[in-house]
Amino acid sequence: MTLTIVDGLIIGLYLLVVIAIGVALRQRTRTSEDFFLSGRSIPAWVAGLAFMSANMGAQEVVGMAASGAKYGLATSHFYWVGAIPAMVFLGLFMMPLYYGSRARSVPEYLKLRFDEKTRLLNAATFAFMTVISSGISMYAMGLLLNLLLGWPFDLSIWLWAGIVLIYVFMGGLTSGIYNEVLQFFLIVFGFAPLVILGLIDIGGWPGLMASLADVSLQRGYPADALSTVWRHTGSAADNPLGVGWFGISMGLGFVLSFGYWCTDFLLVQRAMAADSLSAARQAPIIAAIPKLLFPALVILPGMIAIGLTHRAGGISFPLKPDGSLNYDLAMPLMLARYLPTGLLGLGITALMASFMSGMAGNVTAFNTVWTYDLYQAHIRPNASDRHYLNIGRIATVAGVLLSIAAAYLAARFNNIMDLLQLVFAFVNAPLFATFLLGMFWKRTTGHGAFVGLLTGTVGAALHHGLTIPQHAIPGIKGGWLFIVHTYPSEMAQNFSTAIVAWTTCLLVTVAVSLMTRPRPDEQLRGLVYSLTEKGYEKPASWYLNPTLLAPLVLGAAFALNIVFW
Amino acid sequence: MGLDIRLPIGVLFTALGFVLLVYGAISDPSIYARSLGINVNLAWGCVLLVFGIAMLLASRRRSVK
Repeated sequence: MTLTIVDGLIIGLYLLVVIAIGVALRQRTRTSEDFFLSGRSIPAWVAGLAFMSANMGAQEVVGMAASGAKYGLATSHFYWVGAIPAMVFLGLFMMPLYYGSRARSVPEYLKLRFDEKTRLLNAATFAFMTVISSGISMYAMGLLLNLLLGWPFDLSIWLWAGIVLIYVFMGGLTSGIYNEVLQFFLIVFGFAPLVILGLIDIGGWPGLMASLADVSLQRGYPADALSTVWRHTGSAADNPLGVGWFGISMGLGFVLSFGYWCTDFLLVQRAMAADSLSAARQAPIIAAIPKLLFPALVILPGMIAIGLTHRAGGISFPLKPDGSLNYDLAMPLMLARYLPTGLLGLGITALMASFMSGMAGNVTAFNTVWTYDLYQAHIRPNASDRHYLNIGRIATVAGVLLSIAAAYLAARFNNIMDLLQLVFAFVNAPLFATFLLGMFWKRTTGHGAFVGLLTGTVGAALHHGLTIPQHAIPGIKGGWLFIVHTYPSEMAQNFSTAIVAWTTCLLVTVAVSLMTRPRPDEQLRGLVYSLTEKGYEKPASWYLNPTLLAPLVLGAAFALNIVFW
Repeated sequence: MGLDIRLPIGVLFTALGFVLLVYGAISDPSIYARSLGINVNLAWGCVLLVFGIAMLLASRRRSVK
């Protein structure tokens, strides 16, 4: 695939606007709260779209199309089950505590609710994780652009990192949020033509269903396995995900989804930047509306691509070294097949935008947690606000440089990165139990939370060490202690690891809390749901009222699950 | 935050729509074989232009108020 001058012009226009936003915001960024929390001045719809996009990094976009090709429509479980309920819960029940407590970050909430050690544990692991995941996605993007357009790996990495650095350095979180909103529209307008053309080509929805049936049968599944979401989840072996309904609803839909959407500061930071408590509550729920529909933009292209493999003159996926199809190329293959010069530039711009704002999301979350939760809390408290603003800017540079280092580390030692991601998965898995107890059970104590988190992490590691997915070799995939259970797929194992970690953390936190002294009620006002006043101000428009919007969004998610059952 | 986000969105999409529209009008029709014979640059350029102008108008209306 080669780009022409028109494609270049389109990419150039985008980069120009991105830099211009940073420049325009520079004078408006005067205090540390401007830099780290956008001065809590972002309207609900902007915070909502940013919330939705912050999760939509390039890896996610490319990965969702890949999963669409591999698992079919069941990939939408990651949206309709694995995102919407958690987003609505965050908006209705958790944002009042995050926003109302005036905490400036998720770790800081833990400090206010529990104690310093719980905050430190969360802040340190989170800061490290953001840098690593930003590096990994940078590495993936460098590889993709090299493969697709022949751009040198080093050039991609330094150029995109440099642009992200410029705009975050100048405008802080506001720059990040504005670019996420821009990215949202670029993804919509960049990928919609792909879906429209692909659907026309494959013969509309009936044509797609017929092609997918061929693919399913060939892989040894029932004919509708790739085009239904729940029908074949009675047994894990009958569906391409290799996970049964319990794993999907408990592991993905409850533990992993709530743990990610409700506690990951990268996301929550967007809602914390909202201009009022009611806007902060609306933001995740507004974000859930496009989230309902995005499977059509990011999963459908993958499904069309795999459907076309069974057509004369269709698509053929390159093979991986182990002989399996390289599903990761679903989105690039579709771009190359349908988009002529001009629209191709727009499609590539959409990919780059999602990559850059994914990285900016990590950097803005990193600099905030570093400055407020590590530097101010442990290295230098009581300095001037100006000082923390400068530290935030330095942390931005450091965060970008560390991400670049992580990208090169990923390129050199892929297995180290796999290992790190695994460890983080263990650390993250129990988190939601801590927040759930902390926010809704006032008896929970700091010691309980801390010990619960640690044992939850150990529980996750033990479960991983004792179980293994089918056909895997003991090691990074599990079973490194000895094997007591074999799962039908890696995903099934992951979901179970999460359930085990969460349950361990919950039980241990409750037990230790009951043995330690609770904090008096008056210290917990605004931090625990039952002790917090609920007199919410009226939202600007009646249709933005969360109590109206939430059931509508949940109802729509439910309906989609039924329609595509 | 002072800067209305609809302004940069409007500027970007108006410019992108304009570029695609013009290119769609002057480009060699043979490049549209891959897009099923549809001049998608022209068509989608119009969509982007309309969206971009709508965003610009929305940002202007608010700043006048």
